[in-house]
Amino acid sequence: MSQLIKHRGVVEDDWTLLRDAVSLADVPASGSVLVPVALWLSARDALIARGDVGLWLHPGDDPAIIAGDLAQLLVVAVDFPQFTDGRGYSTARLLRDRYGFKGELRAIGDVLRDQLYYLQQVGFDAFAIRVDRGAEGALKGLDDFAGTYAPTVPEPRPRFRRRIEGPGDVWFPGA
Amino acid sequence: MYRYDSFDGAIVAQRVSQFRDQTRRFLAGELTEDEFRPLRLQNGLYIQKYAPMLRVAAPYGLLSSRQLRTLAHIGRKYDRGYGHFTTRQNIQFNWPQLADVPDILAELAEVEMHAIQTSGNCIRNVTSDHFAGVAGDELIDPRPYAELIRQWSTFHPEFAYLPRKFKIAVSAATDDRAATLVHDIGIQAVRDAGGDTGFRVLAGGGLGRTPIIGHVIREFLPRAEVLNYLDAILRVYNRFGRRDNKHKARIKILVKELTPEVFTREVEAEWARLEGGPGTVPDAEIERIAAFFVPPRYERLPGDDASFRAAVADNRAFSNWVKRNVFPHKVPGYAAVTLSLKKTGVPPGDATSDQMDAVADLADAYTFGEVRVSHEQNLIFADVRQSALLALWGELKDLGFATPNIGLLTNIVCCPGGDFCSLANAKSIPIAEAIQRRFDDLDYLHDIGELDLNISGCMNACGHHHVGHIGILGVDKNGAEWYQVSIGGTQGSAAALGKVIGPSFAANEMPDVIARLIDVYIERRHNDERFIDTVQRLGVEAFKERVYVSTH
Ligand code: SF4
Repeated sequence: MSQLIKHRGVVEDDWTLLRDAVSLADVPASGSVLVPVALWLSARDALIARGDVGLWLHPGDDPAIIAGDLAQLLVVAVDFPQFTDGRGYSTARLLRDRYGFKGELRAIGDVLRDQLYYLQQVGFDAFAIRVDRGAEGALKGLDDFAGTYAPTVPEPRPRFRRRIEGPGDVWFPGA
Repeated sequence: MYRYDSFDGAIVAQRVSQFRDQTRRFLAGELTEDEFRPLRLQNGLYIQKYAPMLRVAAPYGLLSSRQLRTLAHIGRKYDRGYGHFTTRQNIQFNWPQLADVPDILAELAEVEMHAIQTSGNCIRNVTSDHFAGVAGDELIDPRPYAELIRQWSTFHPEFAYLPRKFKIAVSAATDDRAATLVHDIGIQAVRDAGGDTGFRVLAGGGLGRTPIIGHVIREFLPRAEVLNYLDAILRVYNRFGRRDNKHKARIKILVKELTPEVFTREVEAEWARLEGGPGTVPDAEIERIAAFFVPPRYERLPGDDASFRAAVADNRAFSNWVKRNVFPHKVPGYAAVTLSLKKTGVPPGDATSDQMDAVADLADAYTFGEVRVSHEQNLIFADVRQSALLALWGELKDLGFATPNIGLLTNIVCCPGGDFCSLANAKSIPIAEAIQRRFDDLDYLHDIGELDLNISGCMNACGHHHVGHIGILGVDKNGAEWYQVSIGGTQGSAAALGKVIGPSFAANEMPDVIARLIDVYIERRHNDERFIDTVQRLGVEAFKERVYVSTH
């Protein structure tokens, strides 16, 4: 099981990621589960009735297909088959900015320390660190930078707005 | 030029710490080669044929004399005493040690420099007009916008892992000196019917394996929307650009496969959701940045300098240099000077650390302490008093930077090629040198007139061979190095791609091949025709016949 970073700490992950589930028969009767989006689309009502359900998206999935379901979903995960496949970053922004998803947005797959900062900026708030890597060490990656110039999900005001409106453009190392 | 505020400086310093830690973890075996590669590339570090190569950003080509001295120092301390200026207005060091790179980056950060996003599949260093702010044909100064885009693209969290590299160029002049037509995105300042300044946006241009001229996807973009529109283009590309084949992963392939119309529709739909949003740029921010680019304290001069005119009249060598290497300035009595890094026998674009130091001193003495890198791999002093040109010429001659060949055949744009680059099919530097030697007669060279010759060692086209009036491309034939020649390419506002004239040549044939092309031109040119005009009038055939008649 991968170690989960959430709320700036390493937490126990009580969600089961079902990578290969194709029908409800593949879903355990109890416990929180993340199902493939295809299963969600085909068995939405049964899954909602079951409760404790989230889903995961492939990097190429258009988040628009679940836009209407987001209120029912506690967790949406986005898969990174390789960390160099950056499509999931746009998926996250669309889920947050455009479709207003407020639940947990989780990065799964090839999720490593050196990408955490950017992942967090596009709206991920949970990170399932690849199993062979320590999540404790990866935590540091959340603080690689004091900020970016472009608008981000945690800070929708771009740097130039903060420069004009202040405060916020003064950064003290170590603070 | 732009100066960092506390935030700009802080994140560059944090980048150094981040990369220092990444390098440490890589050397300790905590990061695999595959995991480290994209991280080092986003810090400009390639592993080349013989050693790592570090590409340092000169944002849109601007360097202060202080920064140039730091580059000289880095060349001396960590490299073999020289650097190579590139066609994207950057500088490369060919021999640093991997373990030294964090220290190099730390030294750069002290003078507000970095190697952030100078390679890798991300938004690269933005390029612009090397005569920005001094050219008479510019609508606005492009530098504040280039800087705005530099900041926006730096650590843009959504676009750090694109399908492929991504290059943006900004031009604000009638004569496009930034090659906006052959960039992933080209931005051109334009004025609408109401007199408002905004931008024409092109997308999907590029050289490389599949050279394509960019498509205009928006004729007029309000200037406040520039970042929103860039976000829209990049998002469409990040989501839909191909990732299955690296040779088809550039945005130009996406634009082509979708068609420019459909691509434009996608971008416009995305922009519609972003328009007027938080990324809209307030005039106050442009004014803040523009304040760094206010004209320097020019002397009030009456106009053309008399002593300068007299020197031009009675010193032929000086007048040749003025004709080729001096560019008019919009302020009376001033001129812009190109330092030619294309002296025969020196790899095009190379400068030693001693030369860089000397150039920095000259920049302080003769201009306002600023140097620019042009995409033709030369250096530029943008603001020199005409009355000082003769003295400056003398100094530059001593340095080897006064070859009067800007715009001429020997001002060869040339990538590092097989001598350094691990992707190369063939060497490019020795070909450049052999051609320069063949055309060493200055009178003949000047008689041939304007001619852009570009050489790339492989189809990645770093030497921009497609847009050379004569383009040379290194190809591999059963493990041997051969050269394919094209003619008729042009850069600038009417950019066009050259046509291949036929089967490729061995290295030792190349000077003759070029000489034959020139012979045809000399024999058949009309009065004031440049080489490119004659090629366009006659077509490729006339040249081809001559070249192949006796070599094959
Ligand atoms: S064109 Fe090819 S050989 Fe030349 S620098 Fe680029 S990648 Fe290397």
